[in-house]
Amino acid sequence: MPRTVAFREALNEAMAEEMEKDDRIFLMGEEVGYYDGAYKVSKGLLKKFGEKRVIDTPIAEGGFVGVGIGAAMVGLRPIIELMTWNFSFVAADQLINNAAKIRQMSGGQFTLPVVFRGPGGSAHMLAAQHSQSTEALWAHIPGLKVVMPANPKDAKGLLKSAIRDDNPIIFIEGEVLYADQGEIPDGEYTIPLGVAEVKRPGTDLTIIGWSKMVKIALATAEALAAEGIEAEVVDPRTIRPLDEELLVQSVSKTKRCLILEEGWPFNGVGAEIAYRIGRRCFDDLDAPVERLTGADMPMPYNHHLEQQCIPDVPRAVAAAKKLLYLEE
Amino acid sequence: MAQILDMPQLSDTMKIGVLQKWRKNEGDKVSPGEVMAEIETDKAVMDFEAFDEGVLLKRLIADGASVPVGTPIAIIGKAGEDVAKLIEEAKARAGAKAAPKPEAAKPAPAAKPAPAAKPAPAPANGQAATVAAAPKPAPKPAPMPMRAVASSPAATPPAGTKVLASPLARRLATDLGIDLRNVQGTGPGGRIVERDVKAAAEGGSGAATDWHAAEEAPQTSAPRVSAAAPLPAQIVPERRGEARPAQAAPAEDIVRPLSMMRRTIAERLLVAKTTVPHFYLTADVDMGAAMDFREQVAQVHGAKLSVNDLVLKACALALRKVPEANASFTEDAIIQHARVDIGMAVAIEDGLITPVIRDADKKTIGQVGTESRELAARARDRKLKPEEYTGATFSVSNLGMMGIRHFAAIINPPEGAILAVGNVRKIPMVKDGKIVVGQQMSITLSCDHRVIDGALGAKLLQAIVAILEQPISLAF
Repeated sequence: MPRTVAFREALNEAMAEEMEKDDRIFLMGEEVGYYDGAYKVSKGLLKKFGEKRVIDTPIAEGGFVGVGIGAAMVGLRPIIELMTWNFSFVAADQLINNAAKIRQMSGGQFTLPVVFRGPGGSAHMLAAQHSQSTEALWAHIPGLKVVMPANPKDAKGLLKSAIRDDNPIIFIEGEVLYADQGEIPDGEYTIPLGVAEVKRPGTDLTIIGWSKMVKIALATAEALAAEGIEAEVVDPRTIRPLDEELLVQSVSKTKRCLILEEGWPFNGVGAEIAYRIGRRCFDDLDAPVERLTGADMPMPYNHHLEQQCIPDVPRAVAAAKKLLYLEE
Repeated sequence: MAQILDMPQLSDTMKIGVLQKWRKNEGDKVSPGEVMAEIETDKAVMDFEAFDEGVLLKRLIADGASVPVGTPIAIIGKAGEDVAKLIEEAKARAGAKAAPKPEAAKPAPAAKPAPAAKPAPAPANGQAATVAAAPKPAPKPAPMPMRAVASSPAATPPAGTKVLASPLARRLATDLGIDLRNVQGTGPGGRIVERDVKAAAEGGSGAATDWHAAEEAPQTSAPRVSAAAPLPAQIVPERRGEARPAQAAPAEDIVRPLSMMRRTIAERLLVAKTTVPHFYLTADVDMGAAMDFREQVAQVHGAKLSVNDLVLKACALALRKVPEANASFTEDAIIQHARVDIGMAVAIEDGLITPVIRDADKKTIGQVGTESRELAARARDRKLKPEEYTGATFSVSNLGMMGIRHFAAIINPPEGAILAVGNVRKIPMVKDGKIVVGQQMSITLSCDHRVIDGALGAKLLQAIVAILEQPISLAF
């Protein structure tokens, strides 16, 4: 019997199940223990696993991210929680110069089984410094895997796979998704990294989106369906490695592709996907690949301005119609 | 002084011309009246003659190229003149020139007395352009073998022109053997997209199964290849669930691109049937006397008359008797024509054309017969001049020779009516209280209700019936 759980509970279950099986796994970060996590993702884990495996840190990302990398190098399997990915920048040197490179620079002598996880993207009126989508930055770096689940089922299955992976994983949880409810299968399951999923089958265009953009994509597809347009929604789930094949397969079928991305347009993940679709599906495309992204500017604090900066359903519908040559 | 020659408008309804074949090479001398090229209009293949003495300095489009009326096609001048500037100008103009969309066509080439309709000026934004100028000279074809010589513009570049089409449209056109230069684009800036190629293919012969084959191919020929680990059982059904059931193997349908004529027929008849309020009147004609008359003429004069000749002449005389029905509707007025010019629909390869017998009311039945045979023969050879198939005031369409008893024809605007003629058949007829073998023909008049009301139409039809039943009037 599938159960309905919240996104944050699914993540919690993934960590708890894996920690029970493997005592090399520990969770470390700001407020993960006694406060049960800033977003309550680690609720109850301190009680269950004790202070040795659920560790509260000072506000020092550069330090505890580095500790996580070192711990992984010597055989442990850390989960490092960043209170938000906006705070990861002070740990950028650890992530880019150490986490991403040690396996290669050591000639394979070290593995690096560490998961860096936390919320990303905009929430509500958190202003420019706390509303950022960082996946394009991390996906740019060879050596890092970037995972972005869109629903509780994917969140649990992907986090378990991430914890079991021997590479450093950037695991970005949509901040506004934590309370989302969704069905998850009973019992043990994982979802492999690097495998996309068709979230809704369709024939007239492909909408690619990940994390909370999947919700926008699905709502857009529903709005289009009311007008007789059947959109196929494809969620890569893992930004890197990217499941290019499924994306190509979908666009080859629908001939048109719209990419939704919360982050900024320039050098965005969508730009890379658009290039790959353009190259692989060239002879199948009936229109140039279309992108709808976040506004190319620091996020305004003002609520109304903020709404204008985040892709939403009306704009996605308009972009889809443009792609279908239904609107100028 | 060298000058640019444009694609001429060779008929009222011509919007696009196909340069079928150049008859002169670059560098050849031409004199006035000499044929430089053959141009296919919507109705006929016509000679493109030189007006001036000079040398054909540059051909701007290639054999087979299709361009809107007014698009530069050649430069003529003195031997050795520098035409670089003119070529630039021609390219710029070709770029600005856009093919009017078929659906944007004016309903009809205006009523006869009205000034001859000019094609609508091309929209400046190049919307619906069939061809647009390339900013640079067409690149040389790549050394690699071309997959589709016939439909790839790169393979036969109509100098300085470029077809805007999506990659998918290009691939489909290649697969279907469709020449994109003959396809109207409906995408942004006139880009040809999938639906346009599909429409062109379907216009050719109904369902285009090849297109379906092309459409389905990516799904079947590109199976998902994933390096990922096998999916857990719970996830598998959802992943596989999207696969479509295999399609049945396509049948052998034939896809024929629209010819200029087919395009024009489609366009004009659609306008006629959707904008002209038709109504229909049917009457039976006792053709006994007319068939005797026909035989007598053959015996006495040795002239062979067809039933259609009798009908043409009868219509002409009837229109003279009921002149209000020899009329056209215009926005501001009803125009009652002074002349009686009868169009006769002639089936030809890939379509039909309606050559006109001028002043048919004034010509003898013998003249009408000779002229109709001659016009029909040249129509079938596509040798009619535009003035020979335009400007009728009334038309006759006859399918009797094909065993059709009754049908209703579509009016050819701006004409006010058309007569559809069925076959002459032997039937039991009551004459003087006795049943005899009689010869009957059903005729159906389609009227434009804006011009001809029911009673007026009935009056005209009555007059036609009366003349055919008393064929002696045909002799005058």
